[in-house]
Amino acid sequence: MEKKTILKAENISVSFKVRNRELRAIRNVSLELKEQETLAIVGESGSGKSVLTKTFTGMLETNGSITSGTIEYQGKNLAALKKDEEWDGIRGKEIATIFQDPMTSLNPIKTIGSQITEVIIKHQGKSAKEAKRMAIDLMDRTGIPNAEKRYDEYPFQYSGGMRQRIVIAIALACRPKILICDEPTTALDVTIQAQILELIRELQEEYKFTTIFITHDLGVVAAIADKVAVMYAGQIIETGTVEEIFYDPRHPYTWSLLSSLPQLGQKGDELYSVPGTPPSLYKEIKGDAFAPRSAYAMQVDFDNEPPMFQVTETHFAKTWLLDPRAPKAEKPELIQGLHEKLVALTEITELNDGGEVRV
Amino acid sequence: MMEGKFVSKEKEVILSVKDLEITFGEGKKKFVAVQDANFDIYKGETFSLVGESGSGKTTIGRAIVGLNETSNGDILFEGKRINGKLTKKEQEDKIRKIQMIFQDPSASLNERATVEYIISEGLYNFNLFKNEEERIAKVEKLIEQVGLLPEHMYRYPHEFSGGQRQRIGIARALIMEPSLVVADEPISALDVSIRAQVLNLLKKSQIEDDVTYFFVAHDLSVVRFISDRIAVIRAGRILELAETEELFMNPLHPYTKALLSAVPIPDPILARKKKLVVYNPNMHDYSKDKPSFEEVKPGHYVYGNALELEGYRAAVKN
Repeated sequence: MEKKTILKAENISVSFKVRNRELRAIRNVSLELKEQETLAIVGESGSGKSVLTKTFTGMLETNGSITSGTIEYQGKNLAALKKDEEWDGIRGKEIATIFQDPMTSLNPIKTIGSQITEVIIKHQGKSAKEAKRMAIDLMDRTGIPNAEKRYDEYPFQYSGGMRQRIVIAIALACRPKILICDEPTTALDVTIQAQILELIRELQEEYKFTTIFITHDLGVVAAIADKVAVMYAGQIIETGTVEEIFYDPRHPYTWSLLSSLPQLGQKGDELYSVPGTPPSLYKEIKGDAFAPRSAYAMQVDFDNEPPMFQVTETHFAKTWLLDPRAPKAEKPELIQGLHEKLVALTEITELNDGGEVRV
Repeated sequence: MMEGKFVSKEKEVILSVKDLEITFGEGKKKFVAVQDANFDIYKGETFSLVGESGSGKTTIGRAIVGLNETSNGDILFEGKRINGKLTKKEQEDKIRKIQMIFQDPSASLNERATVEYIISEGLYNFNLFKNEEERIAKVEKLIEQVGLLPEHMYRYPHEFSGGQRQRIGIARALIMEPSLVVADEPISALDVSIRAQVLNLLKKSQIEDDVTYFFVAHDLSVVRFISDRIAVIRAGRILELAETEELFMNPLHPYTKALLSAVPIPDPILARKKKLVVYNPNMHDYSKDKPSFEEVKPGHYVYGNALELEGYRAAVKN
């Protein structure tokens, strides 16, 4: 069954004014988000993944603005909203965001409980008593042990993982339709990260929200995403289902991201690393932004910006390599048979769980 | 205890940590950050200490370079004790031979000094150059070795990207020609593509300059690629120690298993199939049967009581 589109961004560009210079953080990005799916946006720092999603909640820093494009959400164009009042009823209520550092999202001098009930009272108009009951229920569902007792505690009494659970509980208190998770597990330990990812997946099933997940960790992407958008230098350069991006990537930048996986490293050999650095976003970028760092670059990449070529119904990539006139290029050997290579790495550890050990 | 027994002759111990205890505060507020830590690091190897935040891994790393005081036990470097009270000469020797690379390259560099000064600060402190030309030549050599450009010498840290700043931090450590480098999460603040560059650089200098690395890390997928041996630490206690592949293939301690199961796998099919193992620290009954850190297979050490150790021995036997 065809899923409904919940949010559609078209040709979005965002610029920041920094010391009288213009930084073009997002350049003509289009994106379609389907109901109840999880879209992971992957990219390195400065690729624009956070900036892009901030436009969906009107949370750009004051020196930044949307210079072109539309964001269609429930019949409204979010890109045209200017004042804070116009965002009321959308930001937080319909589209909520969870940030990387749970400590900075929570008020250190208010109890955990009051921070959750505040949101319920404001957005759902419940009584204080009713709100408290709902808050404790939410704390329970996000995996806080002894929720009733811990309701009156302060953020400093919670561990990092527990705090992030509270941030999630607050975000869910208004029953948002879209939940934006901006690197929610980057500051957490791996065992806690795994638990939080599992929690988000379970809650999504229960509350039926749509998730945008921003991360730079391909392991996290594989665990959580249905669809993936890869960003480079302010543009989405490839998008597809999670399987298409991992097993049939088409853009040389996606190739190099996958090649950098430490799991593919051979002891004693050098790890693959992308030569060069991303381009400065203060300067005009001509052609394919990744061309100067790409071993697959052709003359056309330096002259003209490639369009989004369609690979399948769900898979698109912005590279001239997909033009019928381009010479045939295959993905690097390192990432061919990616699944088989990772199976080989994990298989032995898996056997162990059954108590059997192979030597 | 563990040192020496199964070590082949050619492996020379460069650093030995014995019954190490590190505490913070006193009296009621006393907090034991590390207890009974025992391990050896061999010359030329990369030894990684893996654990989660608060496990004490960084505390041990900082104790080795002398940034944290120890309350019990010994740290022996090339056979000599380097913790506790040292003479000025011993202190200087230690600083020269053991260098540290810090996690956050933007916080660990002097923002008001040029790169050239930052890299040569150690040379100044120990008068390790005869004249200006020699100093500049040394700095230039290091700048090139870590993949920076000569024109970077007179710039300031804020003019560099995170990866470049970490290279400055590495150059600053390597110019002292150390025998041991303690690297505290040197790549966790960096982007994926930069990580590979920095790891390759560290590897290269290990081969060229015969440096031994003590890595403090939490990312097991990276640790697997770079380390010869890995120790797993939780709540101040080392729970398991083994050669890298042995640890990944035959994890014995339930905490190690939980840690391994939590590492994200960059493969959608496997990621969906993966089962998360959660470790419950209350699962051990140490009330009567007291635990210890024992070798259950040559080179593979686990922490457990007699009953648990018996199980671990049986598990690795097949």
